[in-house]
Amino acid sequence: MSDIDLSSTAQAAPVMRLERQPFELRAMKSGLLTGLTWLIAILGSIPLFSVIVMLVMQGGARLDLEALTSLPPAGFEMGGGFANAIIGTLVMVAIATAISVPLGLLAAVYLAVLDPHSRLSSVARFVAKTLTGFPSILAGVFTYAVLVISFGYSALAGGVALAVLMLPTVVLAAEEAMKQVPQKMTDAAFGMGCTRSQVIWKVVLPTGLPGILTGIMLAVAGAAGESAPLLFTALFSNYFMTELMEPTASLSILIYNFSAMPFDNQIELAWAASLVLVLIVLVFNILARLIGRSKV
Amino acid sequence: MASNPFKNAASASTVSGPPSGGDYLADSVFRTVALTCAALIVVLILYILWEIGGLAVPAMAQHGLGFVSGTSWNVSQEEFGVLPEIWGTLYSSLLALVLGGVFGVAIAIFLTQDFIHARLAAVFRTIVELLAAIPSVVYGLWGIYVVIPLLRPGAEWLHQHLGFIPLFGTELSGPGLAPAALVLAIMILPTVAAISVDAFRRIPYKVKEAAYGMGTTRWEAILKVMLPTASSGILAALVLGFGRALGETMALAMLIGNSNQINLSLFAPANTLASLLASSFPEAGQVEVQALMYAAVVLLVITLIVNIAGLAIQQYTVRKFEGKT
Amino acid sequence: MSATAEAVTSSAAAFSPVADAVIDCDLKKVFYGDFLAVRDSRLPIEKGKITGFIGPSGCGKSTVLRSLNRMNDLIPTFRFEGHVKYHGQDVYGKKVDPVVVRRYIGMVFQQPNPFSMSIYDNVAFGLRLNRFKGDMDERVQKALERSALWNEVKDKLSNSGLSLSGGQQQRLCIARAIATEPDVLLMDEPCSALDPIATRQVEELMLELKERYTVALVTHNMQQAMRVADTTAFFGVDISAGGRTGYLVEMGETKQIFEDPQEQLTKQYVAGEFS
Repeated sequence: MSDIDLSSTAQAAPVMRLERQPFELRAMKSGLLTGLTWLIAILGSIPLFSVIVMLVMQGGARLDLEALTSLPPAGFEMGGGFANAIIGTLVMVAIATAISVPLGLLAAVYLAVLDPHSRLSSVARFVAKTLTGFPSILAGVFTYAVLVISFGYSALAGGVALAVLMLPTVVLAAEEAMKQVPQKMTDAAFGMGCTRSQVIWKVVLPTGLPGILTGIMLAVAGAAGESAPLLFTALFSNYFMTELMEPTASLSILIYNFSAMPFDNQIELAWAASLVLVLIVLVFNILARLIGRSKV
Repeated sequence: MASNPFKNAASASTVSGPPSGGDYLADSVFRTVALTCAALIVVLILYILWEIGGLAVPAMAQHGLGFVSGTSWNVSQEEFGVLPEIWGTLYSSLLALVLGGVFGVAIAIFLTQDFIHARLAAVFRTIVELLAAIPSVVYGLWGIYVVIPLLRPGAEWLHQHLGFIPLFGTELSGPGLAPAALVLAIMILPTVAAISVDAFRRIPYKVKEAAYGMGTTRWEAILKVMLPTASSGILAALVLGFGRALGETMALAMLIGNSNQINLSLFAPANTLASLLASSFPEAGQVEVQALMYAAVVLLVITLIVNIAGLAIQQYTVRKFEGKT
Repeated sequence: MSATAEAVTSSAAAFSPVADAVIDCDLKKVFYGDFLAVRDSRLPIEKGKITGFIGPSGCGKSTVLRSLNRMNDLIPTFRFEGHVKYHGQDVYGKKVDPVVVRRYIGMVFQQPNPFSMSIYDNVAFGLRLNRFKGDMDERVQKALERSALWNEVKDKLSNSGLSLSGGQQQRLCIARAIATEPDVLLMDEPCSALDPIATRQVEELMLELKERYTVALVTHNMQQAMRVADTTAFFGVDISAGGRTGYLVEMGETKQIFEDPQEQLTKQYVAGEFS
């Protein structure tokens, strides 16, 4: 039986060639696809470089002390800048951070440590994930309904709208960071006779801090670049802000407004403001990376 | 803790003692506050639905489903319909999805399937992450002054020579669907790439080994083994990227032309729900605000459905690889 | 099966606990969910002695150890029948807070698990937790000296505890556990992640520790039990019910367990016939 098998295969087997066959169809297909993938990867990075070049050329040309320190120009005026918009953006991001970070961190503590498997945790986690894909303009619509209708346009309303967007990012990133704290460390803390809160304050939060800060920085970077939620919550202003309850300028809205103007001066300022905005966002992004890398 | 049953038992030199009353108070207060915050997240989304929905109720009652099928937005005659915006939203997002999807998945393959040295892969990954970091409004500005001028000659040629095809039926006079969808594709590319990379990473190494062990070329392994294995994760990436495109506002408001029409042409101006909100809200009166709230509800419902579907698929993928299904 | 069970009770009873047992542990049944992890294990932990727990893997010796200071409470599905008495008081009493139990009954874990903070802060952790008002530096130094780590770290107390080698980390964890001078020290295979030299150091440390503390030691290493334990409890695994249920086979003076075991199972295990 085995004899017959052996002989028959020996007869039927073609001559084996182990050398590479360059013009074989499958080799050519492979080469083509590889080339295509390289092309796509390179094409995909062109927009980034184009944006950067434009920002540096157009924005850099106009980015001077005047642009950073003066108020926006009116229609045909020359010169001017966007100092009030820089301040407005920073203030509103600060408000959003002050609201979303404590709330998000505490919620994350509950999700990650106190009761990870409860019904509330899974629902809250799901809601947070859904909110990350939430159109940012709806945060503006929501804040308009809750605050603007009664109190008018204000920096506070802008900050609240941004906070709604930051919250899910902070919650999910902080939860992830706290989950990374090894169980043996929390076991050690419990073994020392820590209450649950003490385990969290003394071990989980300090150990997870780099990851938590990374998440916060990324959320801040995202909020700083947002414009849709500010459109009809903070609105815009041509003057420096004097209080939190008045319409307030922001870099992103300034760019939006100026981009549609028929004046070269405003368009140049829009580019300069874009450069400043991207730099602010990048600073937070880089901070996030640096902190994330300094892990134990 | 008035009585401590272990006090007498321990040796005299011990430092051990029960937590103080303050410790216990802090513990229970902290736990309650944390629980409240977690609950607040759930309350927040309900509150958002309630507030937006509440303000939309008058418009819903007045316009009913005709709002969704109506095609004109005329404030003075109180005629409100968002069919063109729904069309524009879906059309621009679909175009962006096709383009951003192909690029995103290809880049994910490029980054995960040993095409390049790990250090170079890190560089590309940073590029993709930076693409995600650039603010929408900056993309809008870039679109106006770079993409539109760049597209115009090609669009003109296509319209002149292939104008009989509905896709090229109009001229690109400035803002329009094509530049909007192109920029939108760039904006969703990082989302698609990141989630797809995750899907490929989740595949156990032994699967790849098995494929190579069967004598496949790299591309046969990718196309016949890796892609199908990662398919549900990639599907999640596409759906979530689509969700992101649906809700994107600023770049579209700046690039799509805000024109209330339904046109198949890639070069015609159009409008989306989000940019309708962005452009009309700041100057809207009470009646229009109600109609806009209705439009917001429509946008909310569409994105919620898409996002929940995406999350569900993603969840399913994770479970699949953890062997729980 | 029933014969073994009988033998278990008889042999456990045969070992008469000395009057000053610090912990009297009687675990009739320990469950994780529906899984019966340990049954019929009654053992005393005597004052000023090292009680070693030995047995094949999966015999529930760690489960028994973790029941003593209620670390098992962290596992939601844990429940048990029986009692654990600490100086005559029910550790699982209705009004007893597990947090308090763990402050008197310290623990050293299988994996070295220093916190990601400085060496000094690691040792001072328990002192601060208990709001120690005295000389912190002195206590920290004393604990590090006792755990034979002082000379190696005295010049770098502000370095991270995680910067130490595995053996040093484990001694740091011991220093952390004894800084508050708890009454009892539970050690759950403290040497399993260490190299032979570090193991030797930790073993010498244990022998010094028993002068001041009562120690319960889980070990998978019979030689270690022989070297350091005064009393040894041998646990076996019963697979007759389908799962792997651990139970106490025999307990006695270490010398007697290794040289003159009463039970056939102990005899085989000690002779190295299975592990």
